[in-house]
Amino acid sequence: MNTTVSMAFKLAVFASLAAVPLLGESFYTELLAKTLVLAIFAMSLDLLVGFTGLVSFGHAAYFGVAAYAAALLSPEYEAANLWLVFPAAVGAAMLVAFVVGLFVLRTKGIYFIMVTLAFAQLAYFVFHDTALGGGSDGIYVNVKPSAELAGFQPFNLDNPEHLYYFVLAMLVLVYVFLARILQSPFGRVLVGIKSNEHRMQSLGYITFRYKLAAFALAGGLAGVAGFLYAVLFGFVTPELLSWHHSGNVLLTVILGGMGNLLGAVAGAFAFTAMQEVFGSWTKHWQLLMGCVIVAAVLFLPGGLSAIPGRIKRTLQGDSTHD
Amino acid sequence: MTDASRNEALLVADKITRRFGGLVANQDVALTLERGKLHALLGPNGAGKSTCINMLSGDLPPSDGRILYQGRDITGLSAAERSRVGIGRSYQRTNIFPKFTVLENVRLAAQSRRQQPWRIFSQAMKLQWSIDKAMACIAEAGLAGNEGRLAGVMSHGAQRQLEIAMVLATDAQVLLLDEPLAGMGSEESAKVVEVLKRLRETRAILLVEHDMDAVFAVADTITVMVNGQVLESGPPAQIKASVAVQEAYLGQEDSFHV
Repeated sequence: MNTTVSMAFKLAVFASLAAVPLLGESFYTELLAKTLVLAIFAMSLDLLVGFTGLVSFGHAAYFGVAAYAAALLSPEYEAANLWLVFPAAVGAAMLVAFVVGLFVLRTKGIYFIMVTLAFAQLAYFVFHDTALGGGSDGIYVNVKPSAELAGFQPFNLDNPEHLYYFVLAMLVLVYVFLARILQSPFGRVLVGIKSNEHRMQSLGYITFRYKLAAFALAGGLAGVAGFLYAVLFGFVTPELLSWHHSGNVLLTVILGGMGNLLGAVAGAFAFTAMQEVFGSWTKHWQLLMGCVIVAAVLFLPGGLSAIPGRIKRTLQGDSTHD
Repeated sequence: MTDASRNEALLVADKITRRFGGLVANQDVALTLERGKLHALLGPNGAGKSTCINMLSGDLPPSDGRILYQGRDITGLSAAERSRVGIGRSYQRTNIFPKFTVLENVRLAAQSRRQQPWRIFSQAMKLQWSIDKAMACIAEAGLAGNEGRLAGVMSHGAQRQLEIAMVLATDAQVLLLDEPLAGMGSEESAKVVEVLKRLRETRAILLVEHDMDAVFAVADTITVMVNGQVLESGPPAQIKASVAVQEAYLGQEDSFHV
């Protein structure tokens, strides 16, 4: 896709997303906000899976840590200050990811998958079984954080539309942030590590440090999604850290096409759509979803993000094989 | 360049030994790589050449012995740290980034000399110095004009040249080249031999190679290894005349026909 077409496409998607609250259907606005949160979450994981080659099966831990941080840092009957609690939640997720990264990044391949899962389960039980997290029922966030800044309130998160636009703005910010990073010398090193880590080492890169930075960064961005989730739904439960949640976001990335940020966003939409549509047909919706994902992996190896390229090639008569 | 600096010993292997369990893959191997000299390492398959080069590059720690770079003990340094010191290597099996362009392969190698990982918002393709450096190294390795090609789809020979360009982009003073001519046609091979001759002028090169014609054409010193030990080491004429070397190669697939 050339740059103009791609830019036009992005703007069109953004415009339609921005127009959704104008329909006045609060159900869809909330569903979409939830999808955008999943999209942010999926993009953060794609930094690891798709760009650095680190298949983390415990990414929900950082989402959950930020969500719990949001809940625990909010006073029970008053609004917390958004500008304090948001960075604090993201910082907490990043810190936990940094510490976990120190350990898990010493392993590779299947061991990395298992160890990330193990740490996530550890975090799950911390919130599930200790007084800290309110047990399996979780905690309510009774009052949404206030965006007030020195007496001025730019927006109000109690207003569902404002909240939606806040989430949308975060999606755009995270996208631009990651897209910029991937263009940077740092990002090029990550992609090099994914392609051939051994070669990067023999070129003089101490790859562990780069992977650790990526892991902490991805944890922090998962924290952005986790924080938004807590604000959006007003409660947090240990399920947010569970391996199901880690698995779902991994499937979202695979469905969208690894190594493509917009693919991760598309994957989030496809995942939520399937959840809603299949869920309305049958309570065994996970069975149907499983079939679709197997089919996607078999017949569309590059995920949803491979579709534009395929269409283009079909139109050109498939003469340009690369 | 003065004569003194031309004969500077850059990398010294001081009786390095590597054991894998009960197997001694390298025993008391001693080598000296001097600036301005090309040192070839020969030996039948399984003689321990790859083990030796792996120890020098830091891919494999020696069980015993020391490795010195410009007199400094670097035995404990990792591969990445040795690369930063000035030791570059190419691999026997082509080891590149197949989905990157030739330029990006080499640019990434150049970028390793000035790592600024915290600058996450600058654009890699605007690091002009890294692009200039990459272009120069691509030309030096004989690949000028191929900058925009995908590395993975180039001919095997061109990929070997790309490896050399990547090593050059790291400012390596010592080049450890593991069979850079393997699988090349005679024309490509002759081209790379010319490149090697040029590179030798300012650097120290260790060449592991099966192509005898090429080795005797460019080597200043040849070390022959058999069963993990140095059998003979000296100028090409001495090696050619050595009875021990002739015997060691007798009955080997890649026997001498010089």
